[in-house]
Amino acid sequence: MGDLMMLKKEYTGLANINGPLIVVEGIENVGYDEMVEITAPDGEIRKGRVLQVSSNRAVVQVFEGSTGLNINQSRVKFLQEPMKVALTKDILGRVFNGVGEAIDDGGDIYSENKYNINGNPINPYSRQYPRDYIQTGISAIDGLMTLIRGQKLPIFSGNGLPHNELAAQITRQAKIGDENENFAVVFCAMGIKHDEARYFVKSFEESGVLQNVVMYTNLADDPSVERIIAPRVALTAAEYLAFEENMHILVVMTDMTSYSEALRELSSRRGEVPSRKGYPGYLYSDLASLYERAGMIKGRSGSITQIPILTMPNDDITHPIPDLTGYITEGQIVLERDLSQRNVYPPINILPSLSRLMKDGIGADFTREDHPDVSSQLYAAYSHVQEVKSLASVIGEDELSELDQEYLAFGDEFENKFLNQDNHTNRSIAESLDLAWELISTLPRHELDRIAEDLLQKYYRGNDQDGKA
Amino acid sequence: MEKQGKVKFINGPVVEAEGMTGYIMRELVYVGEMKLVGEIIELDGDTATIQVYEETGGMKPGEPVFSTGYPLSVQLGPGIIGNIFDGIQRPLPFLEEKNGPFIARGAKVDSLNPEKEWDLEIKVAQGDYLKAGQIVAEVEETSVITHKIMVPPGKKGEVIEVVPDGRYTIDQVIVRLKDEENEYEIKLYQEWPIRSPRPYAERLALTEPLLTGQRVLDTFFPIAKGGTAAIPGGFGAGKTMTQHQLAKWSDADLIIYIGCGERGNEMTDVLEEFPELTDPATGKSMMERTVLIANTSNMPVSAREASIYTGITLAEYYRDMGYNVAIMADSTSRWAEALREISGRLEEMPAEEGFPAYLPTRLAEFYERAGLVKTLAQESEGSISLIGAVSPPGADFSEPVTQNTKRFVRCFWALDKSLAASRHFPAVNWLDSYSEYLAELAPWFKEQVNEDWIELRSRAMALLKEESRLQDIVKLVGEDVLPDNQRLILEIARLIKIGFLQQNAFDDIDRYSNIEKQYWIMHVIFYLYDQALPLVKKNVPISKVKNNELFSKLMRLKNTVANDDIVQIKDFKNEIDKFYQELADNYKN
Repeated sequence: MGDLMMLKKEYTGLANINGPLIVVEGIENVGYDEMVEITAPDGEIRKGRVLQVSSNRAVVQVFEGSTGLNINQSRVKFLQEPMKVALTKDILGRVFNGVGEAIDDGGDIYSENKYNINGNPINPYSRQYPRDYIQTGISAIDGLMTLIRGQKLPIFSGNGLPHNELAAQITRQAKIGDENENFAVVFCAMGIKHDEARYFVKSFEESGVLQNVVMYTNLADDPSVERIIAPRVALTAAEYLAFEENMHILVVMTDMTSYSEALRELSSRRGEVPSRKGYPGYLYSDLASLYERAGMIKGRSGSITQIPILTMPNDDITHPIPDLTGYITEGQIVLERDLSQRNVYPPINILPSLSRLMKDGIGADFTREDHPDVSSQLYAAYSHVQEVKSLASVIGEDELSELDQEYLAFGDEFENKFLNQDNHTNRSIAESLDLAWELISTLPRHELDRIAEDLLQKYYRGNDQDGKA
Repeated sequence: MEKQGKVKFINGPVVEAEGMTGYIMRELVYVGEMKLVGEIIELDGDTATIQVYEETGGMKPGEPVFSTGYPLSVQLGPGIIGNIFDGIQRPLPFLEEKNGPFIARGAKVDSLNPEKEWDLEIKVAQGDYLKAGQIVAEVEETSVITHKIMVPPGKKGEVIEVVPDGRYTIDQVIVRLKDEENEYEIKLYQEWPIRSPRPYAERLALTEPLLTGQRVLDTFFPIAKGGTAAIPGGFGAGKTMTQHQLAKWSDADLIIYIGCGERGNEMTDVLEEFPELTDPATGKSMMERTVLIANTSNMPVSAREASIYTGITLAEYYRDMGYNVAIMADSTSRWAEALREISGRLEEMPAEEGFPAYLPTRLAEFYERAGLVKTLAQESEGSISLIGAVSPPGADFSEPVTQNTKRFVRCFWALDKSLAASRHFPAVNWLDSYSEYLAELAPWFKEQVNEDWIELRSRAMALLKEESRLQDIVKLVGEDVLPDNQRLILEIARLIKIGFLQQNAFDDIDRYSNIEKQYWIMHVIFYLYDQALPLVKKNVPISKVKNNELFSKLMRLKNTVANDDIVQIKDFKNEIDKFYQELADNYKN
């Protein structure tokens, strides 16, 4: 070829600067989505990516932002390849920034193997359907929205709610069969506060998994455009560890709201037609390109389980970010302020919460034979408790029928004994199910219409014997 | 044929190219050095706008655009059933073989296996005069579907050459036709552009239900064979579960399941589960009658837009053979969003919520491809029933996709978040849903099920409506203050809700109810009501009339009595008689 010099030609001067976007004109041989190196007038080198390209003009997104660039002296070099990260097993225990550069004192990662951060979609035919449950030791999750290895199960939270504690507890207690030695956490922080990041580091340290954690951090005061790159770098690392190093990876991504906001910011700078609440029309596809990177592949022993965390603006579950997330992920764990104010931890509102994959991962061959029916009965009963509560708020508790009062008592017990647990309490699935039976046995037997007769015979402990022959 | 344009602008899946004179609208093109699949969606002078079906990263202005001369089409021939394709009919098992578990770009693969030989049985002889749509040969495609090789639309003539029965690949010529002007070759496959409906002789009125085995649907809101339905619901309301149930238990000959912009694991679930399920009608594996089209949410957005057209074109092809085909499209909202995304990149003027103004037109074109028809050669009848899931943002049914879909479908199965939250599945809200096919299907139900089917259904519906009114009162003052006859209504409604409407998809008996079982459960519920009401009127207390044991037993009939054991349900009437007779005796004076 011999024209390497021409290929990596450097251009001096920009046509336009608008927030993190710059326009370069008079270019040739530039590809869509390729990496760019920008040299600021003071000699600082920044990175960027081509967002749009025509015959002589390219729109480039600058990761570190455009502050300090000028029109006439800034220089731009197109690198002829998409963004890639070098990956080896040495990334375990290390800390990187949002674009994958080491920021601890361990030095850079060198490897022959560089991976395109955008990845490629997993062929649905090549996926393996996830069926192995992960015991988190949290009754509400294990009993009612069981986490499955290879699942993507987000936490829908609000500001001020203990989603970080919950995520930390899950990572601490998550037991995946007996393959714990092959277990690692990829942690991706997007726009979270310094204190939050520190909390996670401390929690990983305490539980002794820090050497098995890879951290990608883009904190609240880091450039927001980097936030769009950070989860892609993190997931590329996760894919490498899971599918090439055969590890079981738990990816915690927080906060997806900051990520989506960065996407909206960029979209509006580009002058795109907005859809709901100013978010771009492709927010769904974009979020899917992250969430769908969870899963398992036939013939490979590793897995990627995702726990994205998002704070619902104004606690509104119909806001586009939780809404679109719920349409892509395999269920959701919804935290509720009301429960939190009543000192219930974890404050999980079970009714809107759900695990779509649990149906195939629980029951006789997996957890325990009574698990599906018990879970369905708890949902039905707790849902009835809400109706009784709203009735009680109108006519007063004393006016309720005897049965409804029993439900009310069940509801209180359920929240205080089943949902509520210490953030260091680790209950086995059997313990959680036994606890559930203790609670539903306070209801009359004929009310338990979701549980099969033989299971009632075996497990029901109430003194109400009607319905029996 | 050596027309060649040049890329001049790239913005994600939208690419502009110049030097495109002579290219045709909707032409299939290969874009760039990697030869990515694309379709021309706009022509302006010598510039064309191309929608590219694969990621365009790395593509540069100046790269070539290759012409094919024909519109984006699918290959129609044996080998479709049991397969899983992406949105532009590339078989995913082949892609895996070629590129491994991740989908690479620019992969050119045949839609149908060109090497596989099929056992062919010829149905025509030399000298026969054939019309378009007429069957020339048959192939046993799977154990339940006989694939009929037809004269493609637009071709006709006298058979001048025909091969003997035997084994042939899809690319071999099996029959030559000759009419006044032309000679035509007929192979085992034909091609058809996905955006054009395939022709038929005549559209027929709908008279038969598509039975789904789901009680709330078949009894309350039935869909006709050849009909259209929408399933709107927020996330977690059970759209996909319902679609899976329909795909499993509908009494169609053939199911085409389109996973449009949804989860990868859901397709894997179908792929792993269906081969092991047995179709109650044929006793064979479900996969023998199923085609999957998977364009998951992380696969390219423009192929998502194409996927539903690919699906319906395959359906039309089998309809033309005289089969009843049912399509599940999950979800049409993702398709509409793909339309919006592409429209946005084209900088078109948006209408409601950023959707293009032509959204209703496109929806109408799609849903109108369903129907019951007399096939082109007038030899048989075939139908396409179309069931589209809709995913309204925030579960708000007033948004444009739900509203516009409502205009073009005749069954509306509204899923309800609060039902789902209390784990009442299928979470079909019986007050918000409707079926416009009731009147057309009533004669069938009367004849095939029972004379009083309509009456029974109307009674049940009225009772549920009354219950909802009473619940409003209960919410304010509690249940105890209602008179006993109204409390009985609440108890009967509870029986209907738990013993009839709720259906457990994971229970081996309950997951599929044949229409007879549905009728008899409902019949027995109202039989009980009719025995209980006179007692309540005679002031027998409701606590006695509502016997827990009797009611629980009735509620569990759905789980305990198999489809072929209906007599047990009928016998339950004796138990009801016995109980209320004794009760009446006790209160005689």
